Amino acid sequence: MKKVLTLLSAAALLISLNAIDAMSARDYISIVGSSTVYPFATVVAEQFGKTTKFKTPTIESTGSGGGLKLFCAGVGAEHPDITNASRAIKSSECKACFENGVKEIIEVKIGYDGIVVANAKSAPMMKLTRKDLFLALAKDVPDPKGGENLIPNPYQTWKDVNSSLPNQKITVLGPPPTSGTRDAFVELAMEAGAKEFGFIKAMKKTDKKRYKAVCHTVREDGAYVEAGENDNLIVQKLDKDPTALGIFGFSFLDQNADKIKGAFVDGVEPTFDNIADGQYPVSRPLFFYVKKAHIGTIPGIAEYLKAFSAEATWGPDGYLSEKGLIPMPEAERMKFAKDIQMLIPMECK
Amino acid sequence: MNKMPQPTESSVGSCRSRTIDIVNRGLKRRYRAERRFKIYGITAIALSLVFLALLFITIVGNGYSAFRQTEIKLDVYFDPMEFKDKLAADANYLAIVKDAMRSLFPDVSGRRDKRSLYGLVSTGAAFQMRNMLLKDRSLIGQRIPVWVPADDDVDMLVKGHMDRGLPESDRRLKDKQLAWIDQLAADGRLHKAFNFSFFNNGDSREPELAGIRGALMGSFYTLVVTLLLSFPTGVAAAVYLEEFAPKNRWTDIIEVNINNLAAVPSIVFGLLGMAVFLNFFGLPRSAPLVGGLVLSLMTLPTIIIASRASLLSVPPSIREAALGVGASKNQMVFHHVLPLALPGMLTGTIIGMARALGESAPLLMIGMVAFIVDIPGGLTDPSTVLPVQIFLWADSPERAFVERTSAATMVLLAFLITMNALAVVLRKRFEKRW
Repeated sequence: MKKVLTLLSAAALLISLNAIDAMSARDYISIVGSSTVYPFATVVAEQFGKTTKFKTPTIESTGSGGGLKLFCAGVGAEHPDITNASRAIKSSECKACFENGVKEIIEVKIGYDGIVVANAKSAPMMKLTRKDLFLALAKDVPDPKGGENLIPNPYQTWKDVNSSLPNQKITVLGPPPTSGTRDAFVELAMEAGAKEFGFIKAMKKTDKKRYKAVCHTVREDGAYVEAGENDNLIVQKLDKDPTALGIFGFSFLDQNADKIKGAFVDGVEPTFDNIADGQYPVSRPLFFYVKKAHIGTIPGIAEYLKAFSAEATWGPDGYLSEKGLIPMPEAERMKFAKDIQMLIPMECK
Repeated sequence: MNKMPQPTESSVGSCRSRTIDIVNRGLKRRYRAERRFKIYGITAIALSLVFLALLFITIVGNGYSAFRQTEIKLDVYFDPMEFKDKLAADANYLAIVKDAMRSLFPDVSGRRDKRSLYGLVSTGAAFQMRNMLLKDRSLIGQRIPVWVPADDDVDMLVKGHMDRGLPESDRRLKDKQLAWIDQLAADGRLHKAFNFSFFNNGDSREPELAGIRGALMGSFYTLVVTLLLSFPTGVAAAVYLEEFAPKNRWTDIIEVNINNLAAVPSIVFGLLGMAVFLNFFGLPRSAPLVGGLVLSLMTLPTIIIASRASLLSVPPSIREAALGVGASKNQMVFHHVLPLALPGMLTGTIIGMARALGESAPLLMIGMVAFIVDIPGGLTDPSTVLPVQIFLWADSPERAFVERTSAATMVLLAFLITMNALAVVLRKRFEKRW
């Protein structure tokens, strides 16, 4: 019994010693943020860890909002150095950062991500417009009989929405409201579709709150199925059910081109080239934000930024493009590469 | 029965026959009910067995192929020119691999074609060359055959997860690449070998390089902390509450709270861990130390409840006999009751540990759901755990991660089954029946 007790107390001592050791500075980069940027940032981090003398950065997938919250909590080794985001930082977040002492933030755009609406390879090719997407997925839509009033979404099949579409029940698998992909989809596809109705567009000026609610609220009668954050699961379900459509990032279409195909949106097919030159309408920029105060205290941040902004990384032939990231045009790449080199902080709007 | 039956007899007789009739009449129904109940029970067990079998079949069916990895044989030449005025660590090993690929297919030209040719081998090949050379400098100037891991797309093709019949645009591998792969196979330069890197590497974004070593070490450190904290604390709490504590309102409240704690959803412990250990004590994020602290909070109630039950099952006669021969209360507990109750306590602890091993939700809040490549070497190194690794791989777009997800699940299940079997064996061997 005595032996056990001494053993246990020795172990407890060891743990507490270790804990004290941990209080001192961190020697690896800590990155948090968007699950959309995660597959790209991790590749860079891994390469960085293998090719330099620095430790491999750790990357947590917390979502864009969660990442910025952690990032803005303060300066010091216990706070992350970089946060990934699938949208630009909001002015409220920027202010929160400033109030917590995170005064200088470097914004880096890394490329674009297309959001695709896809269905199974065996299903008929869908040629959608953003207006179709709005009418099929919004909670309230303009009365099909005409007039300027909104009624609960009556459409049951795609043919009801647009007579050129197949007579197929509307089933769309997509991300839940916590996802950045969902935010971008409602903004880029549904809101743009809603704007084609003159009276809704006019509402933006008169009643902005109502306008947002109309454009951004997804129907809840079972036609839109929240399929969780796991895009692989959506791909598998689409493969099983040819009548369903799914919404996810382009990289999943790219990796699963033998099982699913992307629907045309406004007459443009979601291909690498079409997203890269901006023709495909539903695409968004991806970012990461760097805490300038940590550069120099946490080893390797400047080198990581340099590795990320190398042409071999984010250029058109870089390894990130192989993972499905759509590179920025050359001028934009040059601009951000320069920002990184000079460590120019952004300004809060 | 007589013609003139006695009134009393007849009434007794008819009464008796009536009871028997009622019993007889009901008998069939009661037997039926019993049979029905048995059938319900058997169906329930059969159903759960079917689901279990289904689970195992899908996981093993998906995952067994991940234990083998496709490799390509290259004739690597460590060109002395390359090492002339550079440190061996800084040499361009990627170029060495590319040269070796080109020497196999000398007639491939054009930037695009060369790129797709180089794409057949894993990016890990260059690191493999580097490690080989750093271990043995005498390789410089030699030409040696080396098996290097193939790219995950090649691996998927060889394992039959990619359909050659599809049109070229729908395949990750193009027609030219298929022709090269076929030629490699014909030359005996393509084979499947046991996937050592799956057990030796940390996480990676390249499926062919990704392994579970980092997650296993993370799970190990986390569980060590959990065990060291929760077992002694849990047993001490149980012994005090069961043997020494007065029975009053306070101990009642404590007991109710321990039982409530056992039913708290695990994510709540994660939130608590974030607030207390990270924000208040300033411990590092993603560390197994904090993970262990959080998980020990979670397993404590399980261990206390199991330990108390096992103390309670020690018969009072043992206690009375010990006290009767003059043992103090302390001696009675530590010399007689505790040793008898220990097997039951250990069983409870192992089951609590198995639950902690399979837990991922509370670790989300303290930053252990993260991409971590370096294998953790201590309690405060950033690390992740096995269930989290499974979750992260399940979410990765690359096709080859599907089989790796299942393979990692198989490893996790193997550990869980071993731990539960250990608990059963311990109970069978050491448990005393009174």
